[in-house]
Amino acid sequence: MGSSSSISSAHLLRLYDRFESLDRDNRGCLSPDDFEALGGLAMNPIGGRIMEAFFSSGQDTVDFSSFVRILAHFRPTDRNRNKEGAQQELPSSRTRKLKFAFQLYDMDRDGKISREELLQVLRAMLGLQVTEEQLQSIAERAIQEADLDKDDAISFDEFKKSLEKTDIDTKMSVSFLK
Amino acid sequence: MATLWRFTLFLCMLLMACGGLSLASKEAKTRSSQTETGTHNTTEEGGHGAGPITTLPIVTWKWDHISVQYLVALWVLVCWLCKLLIEANHNVTNYIPESALLICSGFILGGMIWGADKVQTFSLNPTVFFYFLLPQIILDSGYHMPNKLFFTNLGAILIHAVIGTCWNAASLGLSLWGCHMGGAMGDLDIGLLQYLLFGSLMAAVDPVAVLAVFDQVHVNEVLFIIVFGESLLNDGVTVVLFNVFDAFVSLGGGRINAAEIIKGIVSFFVVAFGGSLVGIAFGILISLLTRCTKNIQIIEPGFIFVMGYLSYLTAEMLSLSAILSTTFCGVLCQKYVRANMDESSVQTVKYAMKVFANGSETIIFVFLGISAIDKVIWVWNTGFILLTVFFVFVYRFIGVFFLQWILNRYRLVPVELMDMVIMSYGGLRGAVAYGLAVLLDEKKIKEKNLMICTTLIVVYFTVILQGITMKPLVMWLKVKRAAVAEVSLLEKITNKMFNHTLVAIEDISGQIGDNYFRSKWRHFEEKWMTPFLMKPSARKKQDDVFDVFHQLNLKDAMEYVTEGERRGSLEFVRNDSAILDFKKKLESEYTEAMPDIPPYMIHDDGAMFTMGRDHIPSVSLEMHEQTMKAMREPEAVDVHHLLDQHLYKSRKQYRHGFSRSDFKINRDEKEVQEIFQRTMRNRLESFKSAKMGVSPPKTLVKYSKKEQQEKVKTKRGNKHTLPPFTELIMSLVKSSEDEIRSFPKASFLVFFPFDFSVVLKILSGIENPAFMPDLYPTDLLQEIPPWLAEGEPDSSMVAPSLRAQANLPNSPMEMHRLGLLPASTRSTDTKQMNNDQLPPPPTPPPPPPPSGHM
Repeated sequence: MGSSSSISSAHLLRLYDRFESLDRDNRGCLSPDDFEALGGLAMNPIGGRIMEAFFSSGQDTVDFSSFVRILAHFRPTDRNRNKEGAQQELPSSRTRKLKFAFQLYDMDRDGKISREELLQVLRAMLGLQVTEEQLQSIAERAIQEADLDKDDAISFDEFKKSLEKTDIDTKMSVSFLK
Repeated sequence: MATLWRFTLFLCMLLMACGGLSLASKEAKTRSSQTETGTHNTTEEGGHGAGPITTLPIVTWKWDHISVQYLVALWVLVCWLCKLLIEANHNVTNYIPESALLICSGFILGGMIWGADKVQTFSLNPTVFFYFLLPQIILDSGYHMPNKLFFTNLGAILIHAVIGTCWNAASLGLSLWGCHMGGAMGDLDIGLLQYLLFGSLMAAVDPVAVLAVFDQVHVNEVLFIIVFGESLLNDGVTVVLFNVFDAFVSLGGGRINAAEIIKGIVSFFVVAFGGSLVGIAFGILISLLTRCTKNIQIIEPGFIFVMGYLSYLTAEMLSLSAILSTTFCGVLCQKYVRANMDESSVQTVKYAMKVFANGSETIIFVFLGISAIDKVIWVWNTGFILLTVFFVFVYRFIGVFFLQWILNRYRLVPVELMDMVIMSYGGLRGAVAYGLAVLLDEKKIKEKNLMICTTLIVVYFTVILQGITMKPLVMWLKVKRAAVAEVSLLEKITNKMFNHTLVAIEDISGQIGDNYFRSKWRHFEEKWMTPFLMKPSARKKQDDVFDVFHQLNLKDAMEYVTEGERRGSLEFVRNDSAILDFKKKLESEYTEAMPDIPPYMIHDDGAMFTMGRDHIPSVSLEMHEQTMKAMREPEAVDVHHLLDQHLYKSRKQYRHGFSRSDFKINRDEKEVQEIFQRTMRNRLESFKSAKMGVSPPKTLVKYSKKEQQEKVKTKRGNKHTLPPFTELIMSLVKSSEDEIRSFPKASFLVFFPFDFSVVLKILSGIENPAFMPDLYPTDLLQEIPPWLAEGEPDSSMVAPSLRAQANLPNSPMEMHRLGLLPASTRSTDTKQMNNDQLPPPPTPPPPPPPSGHM
């Protein structure tokens, strides 16, 4: 577990404490209810999606090792190790981070962000002042911008390409998981 | 080159005039700078009714009357002309930063004055610098501060600004004192406290110098914001240190005890936080004011400047940090001001701010140069001067590396070693240090002139030498440069999602991090500040994603209009396949964008252009605007591929170019014109050389028109097969001198443009090349502008373009077509607008062929 995520043992301990405090009925695993009890997550517009990311494997509970594995996506990318090239499979690698983000969009797991899926995200994230039509045209336009093969949906490759210039390492990293 | 010389000569003369005049008016003191302060006593003296009048003077020479104002205006002009001269040749500014060149031109100007007056009549005077030149620069930096970046790095900035500056001051002062004690400087009357005072005025990195140099070297934004933010915020520290040591020097060493030192530390916090609070208060005031300036739109931009200046003066009045005050005032109000005010006012503020800031920056540098040419201040002490330069340089490196090394342990993305080198190297000293040095009291500090002279040397060393070497160093160290701003919508949405995700992850893992605070602040802002400070109508546009969307649309619309105007008109909208696609794909966006462009705006090409181009999304760094623009070009091509596709397909501009030769055209139209003229000449020649043939020209034309109408009816079905028309062309080709005699030019013209595209198409389809040289020389085909050539193989546009042409009301009979057009009202609007805006209306119905209209 430690090796798969390469999080230091001190951090693991801290995370374990957190895990236990989240696990209110001490079953050794977290249920969606445990997540829902978090106030901040309930207020988060895409909290539900993030929660789902923890339960992506279809189970309705998440044990500590998968909990850490998910969180490991948010480790800052270790530059030195990346240079060796062998660490591409680390969850904190750029591609994995992007994949995680992509899956937040791709609710039906068909490997494509459809217009409807994008629209749902937009609906969640944009304020109520923006009308539905505007949302639709935003989604339309966003898809058009990224859609290279004109299938009216964004595949992972297209997604990756359109975020080429974005500094994912910074934007998808949380400092304390260093 | 010749113009350059003439220009220099002109400058010289201007200066001589200045110098001469200044001599003439002794009582005016001729301090160009002492404007406002000196104004009153001088103007009154030279006022009217000074002596008994014997006769009515028609014209009187009243130099004394206006000398000060006149000199100020002249100096501003001269400084700006220097900048103009320097910027005239980019070969030089590519290597040497403008600030360095301005200082050098200051040397030259100073030399001239010295030569004329034998004494330095002009120099940078602290009052003018701190009250008239500096505020607008600071306000500009605050107002255009990339807020998110600034606050993300605030920790690092503060550490560098506070601890770094203290370190610089203390280490410089102590080391110099040590060297003095060691006997490296000979006989100088400077004590430890005075050294510390000197250290404190030398410590601060100067925002003006930093901006000027870093503006031209586009380093990555984190590096930039740390250096720049530090240079702005360390002012609080400098002012406090300077005041404290100044007081200590007056008190004398014996009377300084622990209580005084504690007072000094307390005063630091009071000055810094007090200044910031004053700034915040004024920022809130500005935001509130702009909420209700709807009815006085003309002067609403003025409020920003007046209030910004007041925030500076208020802080100064309370002996708080004025620079901090103005900075925070700008930082706070920018968001609300931009949302509250009218778009044009926002632009006005932006540009006026730039004019003031850039203008006074220029003046500052020129005067820094001029001030040097003064025998009085040059007191040479090799040890003192060289050691100061050396220590300033070395301690900056040590301080930055040490602080950043500690900071890096807490940073998510550590600042790289190369960046640290540039951060240290970017520690430029500038006019603030000089201003403070001039402020020193000569009674208390015997070696004031040595200090001024050393300060100037340090300023020249950092601004000129380090400024020049900065760019090569950045290249050599391969420091990460500024990236292109994100403008893609998906990127923006995803970024926003990242933010939410991080907050959620922090929630889940139970840690409190930056993201937590950021989201809390957002919450607070949305709940309390926005409703209070922002107009209700503006709140809607608050959303980032929506904003980017809006910007993109605006850009699209601008590009669309620009493209249209570049090619003469927006007529191509009526190419109906374009309309349909345009409507289908961009309908909603277009409706979004259009209401924001009042029709009258479109009249003014310039306004449109600037508005579209310069509307930089909030994410981009203001100071990198120039490169951003340049870098965004290729991207824009990509993003707007869709639009371009439709714009380029239309071929109607041929018609346009031909039918109105007197049309005041832009360059591209000229191109078309040229092609046309060449074609005409070729045709004429070929006609002359050809044999007599049979051709009834008038019927031919009619035929063609009829033909065309027929084709319109059957347009979509047979795009390629136009047999009657081909015959027509054949007959045309075979036609002879006779034709040229009887074939009226005008009718030819009318005919010609109409079917030009078709002709082209057919020609390219005809296998026998024999036709080509006759009708259209091959070079014509090569001359076709790229946008046309590109779409060449695609035959599908023939019919639509014809159709579109046919839709023009060429004759009253055809007028009804317009009504039947399946185009939306919007497209008609565009056309209408377009008709209004172009000097010669683009679509007057061409008169019937025989009448001729050329």
